[in-house]
Amino acid sequence: MSVLCPETPAPGFSFANCKRNALLESKGFPVPKATKTGTTIVGIIFKDGVILGADTRATEDTTVSDKNCEKIHYLAPNMYCCGAGTAADTEQTTQMISSQLELHRLFTNRVARVATANQMLKQYLFRYQGHIGAALVLGGVDSTGPHLYSIYPHGSTDKLPYTTMGSGSLAAMAVFESRWNPDLEEEEGVKLVRDAIAAGIFNDLGSGSNVDICIIRKGSVDYRRTFDEANKKGVRQSSYRYPKGTTAVLSSKTIDVEVVDVTVHPIEPEHMDTA
Amino acid sequence: MFNSVMNAPPFWHNGPAPGAFYNFPGASTTPQDFRQHSQAPVTTATSIVALQYKTGVVIAGDMLGSYGSLARYRNCPRILKVNDNIILGAGGDYADFQYVKDIIEQKIIDEDCLDDGFKLKPKSLYCWLTRIMYNRRSKFDPFWNNFVVGGIQDGEPFLGTVDKLGTAYADKIICTGYGAYIAVPLLRDAVEKNPNLTKVEARQLVEKCMEVLYYRDARSFPKYQIATIDETEGAVVEGPIDVNQNWNLAHMIQ
Repeated sequence: MSVLCPETPAPGFSFANCKRNALLESKGFPVPKATKTGTTIVGIIFKDGVILGADTRATEDTTVSDKNCEKIHYLAPNMYCCGAGTAADTEQTTQMISSQLELHRLFTNRVARVATANQMLKQYLFRYQGHIGAALVLGGVDSTGPHLYSIYPHGSTDKLPYTTMGSGSLAAMAVFESRWNPDLEEEEGVKLVRDAIAAGIFNDLGSGSNVDICIIRKGSVDYRRTFDEANKKGVRQSSYRYPKGTTAVLSSKTIDVEVVDVTVHPIEPEHMDTA
Repeated sequence: MFNSVMNAPPFWHNGPAPGAFYNFPGASTTPQDFRQHSQAPVTTATSIVALQYKTGVVIAGDMLGSYGSLARYRNCPRILKVNDNIILGAGGDYADFQYVKDIIEQKIIDEDCLDDGFKLKPKSLYCWLTRIMYNRRSKFDPFWNNFVVGGIQDGEPFLGTVDKLGTAYADKIICTGYGAYIAVPLLRDAVEKNPNLTKVEARQLVEKCMEVLYYRDARSFPKYQIATIDETEGAVVEGPIDVNQNWNLAHMIQ
């Protein structure tokens, strides 16, 4: 009796299934559409820290697959990351980097820096040459101050005081360009982020539902899931249930179940065949 | 023995001969007419931003004629005062705009000559433009433009747009090109908060939009024209106006 040792897989992207996929597509079985996040995600730096914002709609081509998904992912106690693009890619990538950051924290015995997460993410995404469709807005506060990065699927990053990503990024950026200034207080900053996400929700078809906000300051984080329920579901005007007695009973007939015979068959458990 | 091979009869008649060009029967190689079909735009203009307020309309557009990615002609006015009741803005191919502009101006001259007291109305121009654009697209020879018609008819302000496919609609807020993605969210939000804009407020909003468009549209220019039609003041085209650029954030980017 021997156990096969799995081989460590070769690093990098495996293109083995591409030929098979092409064959299947020609036979009429195209690859199922990945859940994308459509999306408006934004981040700003304000006086004491970083504010991240995101909408909550996940789309599969033109259908909404999740009306209230979470796009602001946890990376570290002092760092959060918004993700746009392919939903699976953003979720798995951020989780992977989050675990690497935790190991890094334990190894160095220091609070992780935002630049570290940025490097890890960009090096990972560049290695996959854009095939991992994750566009991220990374924000956090560390010993050197508040930082905000935008990371593109091919691995390039920008370090900016305000940034937007996703299909609703133009609408959100219009709001930022007209109202951002470097001396925003927390309340004004939150309102600005909420307005930018609202611009994406109402003017972009790939974004919708509610606004999530995350405020990261030195030493504290305020994760406000559903900060603003911008699209409430309509309330039913009345109940459509029919009251009892609506349908008149004309006649009723009861058929009793007769017990004819009761027998018991004991079944011995068979020994497992481990040969 | 070799005679039959050397003097064999040909396998086919009226077909290709080895070593010679063969002209397939029925297809004429010379074009019957030399008109271009479904052309690509050459010198282009970018977005138009237009807003209807309580007592009139505002239309603005920058003054750049781009030659692909080259900012070639920096003085291309594209807001036209048609008459006291109508202003017209255009984006897209500049040559097509000039052609349509000449035809419209000739229409006004003809109207003046008739001297019958009737003046062209904004909705009529809008309807006429829609028919022209749709007919051209149906012949695969479009005017590669996006027109925005604004004016006052029967005391009510009117704002409409027609594009190269003949798609036409009228609305309070109309922006073409990149303006649709960047200026429309800003204008919609402002109008929702304050449905009764005054002329000054509307103008300020449009100026803000031109500023944001200059930051984010890679084919824009910081000089623009702005035209207003107001109940009380008639049609006025102002320009060139400079965008108020604020680059203070440059110091904050590492």
